[in-house]
Amino acid sequence: MTWVGHSQRRLEDPPLLSGVARFAADIEFSGQLHMRVVRSPMASGRIQALEISAAQDVPEVYAVWTSEDVVDIPPIGLRMTHLPELEQYRQPVLAHEFVRYVGEPVAVVFAEDAYTAEDGAGVVFADIDPGEPVLDVRRSGTFAPGVGNEAAVLHKETGDISAAFDAADHLVELELSVGRHSGVPMETRGALAWHDRSTGVLHMYGAAKVPHYNRAAIASMLGLHLNQVQLHEGHVGGGFGIRGELYPEDVLVCAAALRLGRPVRWIEDRREHLIAANHSRDQVHQVRAAVRSDGFILGIDDEFWLDQGAYVRTHGATVPDLTAAMLPGPYLVPAYRVVGHVVLTNKTPAGTYRSPGRFEGTFVRERLVDAVAHRLDLDPIAVRRTNLIPTEAMPFDRDVDALGTHVIYDSGDYTSLMDQTLQTIPPERLRSEAAALCSDEEVVGIGAAFFVEKSGLGPYDGVRVTVDESGGVEVVTGAASVGQGVETVVAQVCADALGVRPEAVRVVHGQTDRISHGMGAFASRVTAMTGSATHYAALAVRDKALSVAAEMLEAAIEDLVVENGTIGVRGSPGGPSVSLAEAAIAMSPVVRGGDGPAGLTAEEWFRSDRMSYPYGFHLAAVAVDPETGGCRVVKYVVAYDVGRAVNPQLVDGQLVGAAAQGIGGTLLEEFVYDDFGQPLASTFMDYLMPTAAEVPDVETLIFEEAPSPLNPLGVKGAGEGGLTASGAAIAAAIDDAIGSPLAVRRLPVTPNRLHDLIRALGDTT
Amino acid sequence: MTTHEVKLDINGSEHVVAVESRKTLADVIREDCSLTGTNVGCEHGVCGACTILLDGEPVRSCLLFAVQCEGMEVRTVEGLATADGLHPLQQAFSEHHALQCGFCTPGFLMLAVGALERDHDMSDDDVREVVTSNLCRCTGYQNITRAVMAAREVMP
Repeated sequence: MTWVGHSQRRLEDPPLLSGVARFAADIEFSGQLHMRVVRSPMASGRIQALEISAAQDVPEVYAVWTSEDVVDIPPIGLRMTHLPELEQYRQPVLAHEFVRYVGEPVAVVFAEDAYTAEDGAGVVFADIDPGEPVLDVRRSGTFAPGVGNEAAVLHKETGDISAAFDAADHLVELELSVGRHSGVPMETRGALAWHDRSTGVLHMYGAAKVPHYNRAAIASMLGLHLNQVQLHEGHVGGGFGIRGELYPEDVLVCAAALRLGRPVRWIEDRREHLIAANHSRDQVHQVRAAVRSDGFILGIDDEFWLDQGAYVRTHGATVPDLTAAMLPGPYLVPAYRVVGHVVLTNKTPAGTYRSPGRFEGTFVRERLVDAVAHRLDLDPIAVRRTNLIPTEAMPFDRDVDALGTHVIYDSGDYTSLMDQTLQTIPPERLRSEAAALCSDEEVVGIGAAFFVEKSGLGPYDGVRVTVDESGGVEVVTGAASVGQGVETVVAQVCADALGVRPEAVRVVHGQTDRISHGMGAFASRVTAMTGSATHYAALAVRDKALSVAAEMLEAAIEDLVVENGTIGVRGSPGGPSVSLAEAAIAMSPVVRGGDGPAGLTAEEWFRSDRMSYPYGFHLAAVAVDPETGGCRVVKYVVAYDVGRAVNPQLVDGQLVGAAAQGIGGTLLEEFVYDDFGQPLASTFMDYLMPTAAEVPDVETLIFEEAPSPLNPLGVKGAGEGGLTASGAAIAAAIDDAIGSPLAVRRLPVTPNRLHDLIRALGDTT
Repeated sequence: MTTHEVKLDINGSEHVVAVESRKTLADVIREDCSLTGTNVGCEHGVCGACTILLDGEPVRSCLLFAVQCEGMEVRTVEGLATADGLHPLQQAFSEHHALQCGFCTPGFLMLAVGALERDHDMSDDDVREVVTSNLCRCTGYQNITRAVMAAREVMP
C-alpha cells in the first residue's frame, strides 16, 4: 500500500492525550527568574518618567529594566516583505520616549516567582503625558516628530485599467471593510531562555513557526554568533500566523538570561495576549468594477487602507502585498489596479492571521461579484461562471508578484469544482435543510463564494533522513509544527519513499541545533516544501540501502524491493533479505572502512521559486432572527482542491477548523477600541471566540483534480482554504436571509450591526 | 508571604504542599505537584483548558484557590490512562481526530469524562451542550463531539 492518501492516525496524539506534552509553560530550569512585562496603559503619549523603586523594593524582585537597560538592542527587524520605508516604524523591545498603544512593553520585572513578578509590575508607575491617539486609518497623524503615519503605499497593476473602464457598460462601486481580529491560539505565548555558561550557548525554549529565522535575529540583536544561540520548539498550542514571530518579550528573556546570569521565563497571560500579540485584518476597501452587459468583468480598481497598528512588525508589508496580489482571485479580470495604504494607528500592531490578505480580498471581490449580479439582474453563480479562468488557460500568469514570487496559478479546473459542488449539494436542498433547523422566528438565507488560495512558499526546505544501526528512522527538518500534524504527514511521505511504516519514523522539527537551515511553518508550506524534501531525501537513503543490500544479497539493485523496513528480492517472499538496520551497520564507518561519507543517511534540499495555488468554493446557510439581529450559521460547506491529500482526515480537520475561525471572524470576533484607544476586548468575555454552539457541522468536499506540477507529490497546502471565503459566503447568505442584496458591507456582522441593517431596511420600505 | 499547608488527593496520590492562599489550584497542580498536563489558557474561567474533576465534578481549576480544596479529591488528565492503555475517551479523540495542537485537549477530556461518568446515557444534544463549555481554536468542535459520542458507547 501507499501511505500517502491514507488517513493515518496521528503520531502526535499520545503525548497530547496523556498530559505529558511539553508546552512552553511546562518547561522549567532550576534557578529560573520569572519575567513580568509592565505595559503602557495609554494609547499615545510621551514617557515623562518610569518610577521603578517601589518595584525594586518588593521582596524577591530581582531586577527591573526600562529602555535605558536595553539601549544597545536594536528594534525588531522585518522578516518578510521588506520595504526600506518601513524601517523607521519598527518596534523597540521596550518603549523609548513614546508609547504608541495600550499594551506596549515599557518595563520588565524579574522575580523569584510569577506571582511576585506581578506584584512588582503592579507598582511600577509610568508617568505618561498623553497624546491624542490616531484610531482611524483615513486620518493623518504623526508616528514621531517629522514622521507621518502612512508607512507605505503599495501599487499593483496589470492590463489597461483606463481602457477597461472606458469600455464598460456598467460601473459597480462598493465600500467594504473587515474588522480587526486575530488568531488567538489557546496557548498564550511563552519563552524560556537559559545561558549555558559551560558551553557559552544561549538556549531559548518556546520557539515556534520560524525558529531558524528567529535564532539569526536574536543572535544579531545581541551580538552573538549563530552557533552561540539555539532555539528549541516544544509542543505548540496553535499558531495561525501570529505565534512564533519574533516579539519584544522573546528578545528580553534572552537578553536577561545573558545579563542576569539566570534562566528567565516569561508566560503571557490572556489579557496580555489579546492586547500585545499580533492583531490582523482591519482593512477598508473602496472598489470599482468595469462590467460588460453580459456580466464579464473587464477591470477592477481597488484602493484600500490597512490599519497596521502602532508599529510595523516582522511581516513587513506581507498582508497588503497579498491582499493586492490575490484580489482578482479565480477570475480572468484582464485589467486591474490596486493601491494599498499601510497606515499606523495607536492600536496593537498587526501581522498575519491564517489566510492573510485573502480573507479580506475574497470578501471584497466576492461582494463585488454579487453586486455585479444584482446590478445586471443575473444569477450570482452564472456571473462567476462567466468570469472564472478556464482550465485551458492553466497555468495562468496573473502578471503580478506576491511575496517576491511571480503569481502563476499552477493548475486548476475552477468551473468543474464549482459545478460538482453544486451538484453534490444543490442550493435549494441546502436551503430546505437549513430551514428545517430554524425556529419560526428565524429567516433562512444561503450564500456562496469562490476563491483562490496560495501555498507552498519557498524558496527552499531541507531534510535529513537517517536510518540508524538499530533500524530507527529519523527525519530532521527545519520546518515547525504548530499543531497541524506535521510529524504524521512527513512520516507518511517518508514511509512511502523509504519503504517503512509511518510509525517507524521519528520526525524532529524546530530544533536549530539539529539542522543548519529551516524556513519554518507558515503560508501552508510544510506539506509541499518539507514533504517534497522528505520525499527526495528518503529516496536517496533508499538508494544507498539498496546498493549495499545488492552486494550483500548478490542481486541486482533493480530486482530489490523495500517493504516494512526489509529489503528483499522482488517476487521471493521469505527468501534472503537485509533489514534497513543491517544496511546501516554495513555502511557504518567501523564496518565499511575507507574514506568518504559513512552512515545510511542523506540530506536533500527542495527549492521552488513559485507558489502553488489551491482553490475552492464555500456555501453557507444562515438563520437570522430579525427581531434581535442574531445570526447563526446552520450549515457550512467547504469544497477545496488540494492537488493531492496526503492524509484526508487531517485535510478535513484543517478545513473544518479554519471554517470555524472564519465564522468567528465574520460574526463574533472583533478587537474594539474606545475613543481614547483603550482596548475593549481584552478578555474572553469581550473577545467572542466561537464555541461548539456557534459552529455547525461543516461538510467538506476534498478535490484532487489539479495536482501541482511544482512538486513531486502534486500537493498544495490545505491549511487556509477553510477560512478564505467564509466572510464572503456568510455575508451573501445574510443578504439573502433579510432580502436585501449587498446589505452586508462590514465584518464582523454582530447582532447590533445586523439589527441596525434590518431596521434601516424597514425604514426605507 | 504566609503559606498554608494543603493536602490534596490527586489521581489517588496524596500531595501535601505549602502554598500561599492566593495561589490557584491550577498553578498548585502544575508547579507544586509537577503535573503539567492541566493547561492554563485564560485564567478567567472561560476557555476551560484547565478543567479538572474535583470530587468528581468538572471545574475550572484557574477559578479556585488551592486552599479551598483541602482534603478534596482531584483528577487530572494524567490519571485517565491505566496500565492497560489509554482511556476509551482518549482513544476516541485520536480515532476521530478530535485534537490538533492538543492544548485544550486535557480540559475537554476531563469535562467529558466527568459528564459521561455522571450520565452514561447522555443524549446527543446533551453531549453537544457539554462540548459548548470549553474553547478549542483548532478543530471546529465537530470531531470532539463525535469522539465524546463514540466514547459514550464504550465507556464502562
